[in-house]
Amino acid sequence: MALYSEKVMDHFRNPRNVGVIEDANGIGEVGNAKCGDIMKMYLKIEDDIIKDVKFETFGCGSAIASSSMATELIKGQPVSEAMKLTNAAVAEALDGLPDYKMHCSVLAEEAIKSALEDYNKRQEN
Amino acid sequence: MIYADNAATTKTSPKAIEKMVEVMNNTFGNPSSLYGVGQKAKEELEKSREEVAKVIGANPKEIIFTSGGSEADNQAIISAARLGARKGKKHIISSAFEHHAVLHTLNKLQGEGFEITLLDVHENGLIVPEEVENAIREDTALVTIMFANNEIGTIQPIREIGAICRKKGVLFHTDAVQAIGHVHVNVKEDNIDMLSASSHKFHGPKGVGFLYVKKGIALTNIIEGGAQERGKRAGTENVPGIAGMTVALKEAIEHLDENYESVSAKRDKLIAGLKEIPHCAINGDEKKRLPGNVNFCFEGIEGESLLLLLDDKGIQASSGSACTSGSLDPSHVLLAIGRVHDVAHGSLRLTINEETTDAEIDEIIKSVKEVVEYLRSFSPIWRDLVAGKKEFIL
Repeated sequence: MALYSEKVMDHFRNPRNVGVIEDANGIGEVGNAKCGDIMKMYLKIEDDIIKDVKFETFGCGSAIASSSMATELIKGQPVSEAMKLTNAAVAEALDGLPDYKMHCSVLAEEAIKSALEDYNKRQEN
Repeated sequence: MIYADNAATTKTSPKAIEKMVEVMNNTFGNPSSLYGVGQKAKEELEKSREEVAKVIGANPKEIIFTSGGSEADNQAIISAARLGARKGKKHIISSAFEHHAVLHTLNKLQGEGFEITLLDVHENGLIVPEEVENAIREDTALVTIMFANNEIGTIQPIREIGAICRKKGVLFHTDAVQAIGHVHVNVKEDNIDMLSASSHKFHGPKGVGFLYVKKGIALTNIIEGGAQERGKRAGTENVPGIAGMTVALKEAIEHLDENYESVSAKRDKLIAGLKEIPHCAINGDEKKRLPGNVNFCFEGIEGESLLLLLDDKGIQASSGSACTSGSLDPSHVLLAIGRVHDVAHGSLRLTINEETTDAEIDEIIKSVKEVVEYLRSFSPIWRDLVAGKKEFIL
């Protein structure tokens, strides 16, 4: 049996939305190098819609796949919908993750939310 | 496919397979039975014992066949602990980067009241013999130090450590699982009292190994039952496995010198090639290491991703990354040589052998370079390092 589902391997091998948005208006970074996972999300939000999203990840196969899937799930969505993203939704969309890799999907959810919070803060200012 | 994980296991030698099939077909008897086919199996078993003993400079009576290296490690350490405890000696010296078969056994003994000293293995992954000598106390029951490390391949000064133990009258065990068949090992010349070995690390079958125990050292049984292996290891002997292991061992020893030379040269070529990657470091002493072992840390990337992408390119390797083991901590070996978590996660172990070609070495170098560069291209740590927001460790 393979370690990961075909979906995980697809998103790992061909990650969607990789990179940086230079004029992002929401940026979030979670995790730490000590634990072996860092995710950074860049959002470009216009009229309350996530027009563009990109990520950078230092981490294992499932961390990269989870980041990729999370960006896919929120791209084009209104901010209010993106805020509802859960790690379970990320894992499910990847056809599941091994138990000990579930924290990767948690990290993806946290990265998205951290970027959205950054966006909200910038709006307040 | 390029198989570069020979420290995990090796491809079984065709001659060993042939021997095992022959034994299974013709010598299927139980060595404890009195009739012909049983006695034939017994002969096969004892012939193997003689040959294994000869290879390491031991007496056949000093060889106990086991299920592998882990069992041999367990039995050696527990036996020495029991012997020591009888004399009130409850202190054991080992190192921080032993195999878990040793470390977990020591943990268990610690729970039973033994005191364990784990020696520093320093940045180069080498034990300093004087530090062994200084650690020995009146109540030291055992010194157990691996011959060569399984992850970083560093070869320990076993002969010197053995001499110190002899001088001090302390038992000395070595886990030689990675060394046997790859470097010269002689229990007499190397002053070894107990030694563990595993067949599948030198092209023999899995599930079989042996423990050398010097005459006069009483073993404690780990497996109770019948009187096999001079009453020290119960269970009907794995005759085909033992015979296959013996063939593989003899083959490895026969070609040891030539393999050592050619594999070391390829290892050095691989090391030189990988060193061209910026911000990386070799783990363990560059020369005092097993001929086939190459182990690097690459800053800014994580090991499991590296392994998966190398696998896509047809290269099978291994990593001390936490993500490959299911725990959050990276390899205890890399931490023991002082690699911090941040870079220990980005490790790669390539263990080549005599079948690895020069073209394959070139292919590995090219692929590792590509994959490291690719993973760094979207690593937030790498971005911060390059931007000067973080300081490079390597």
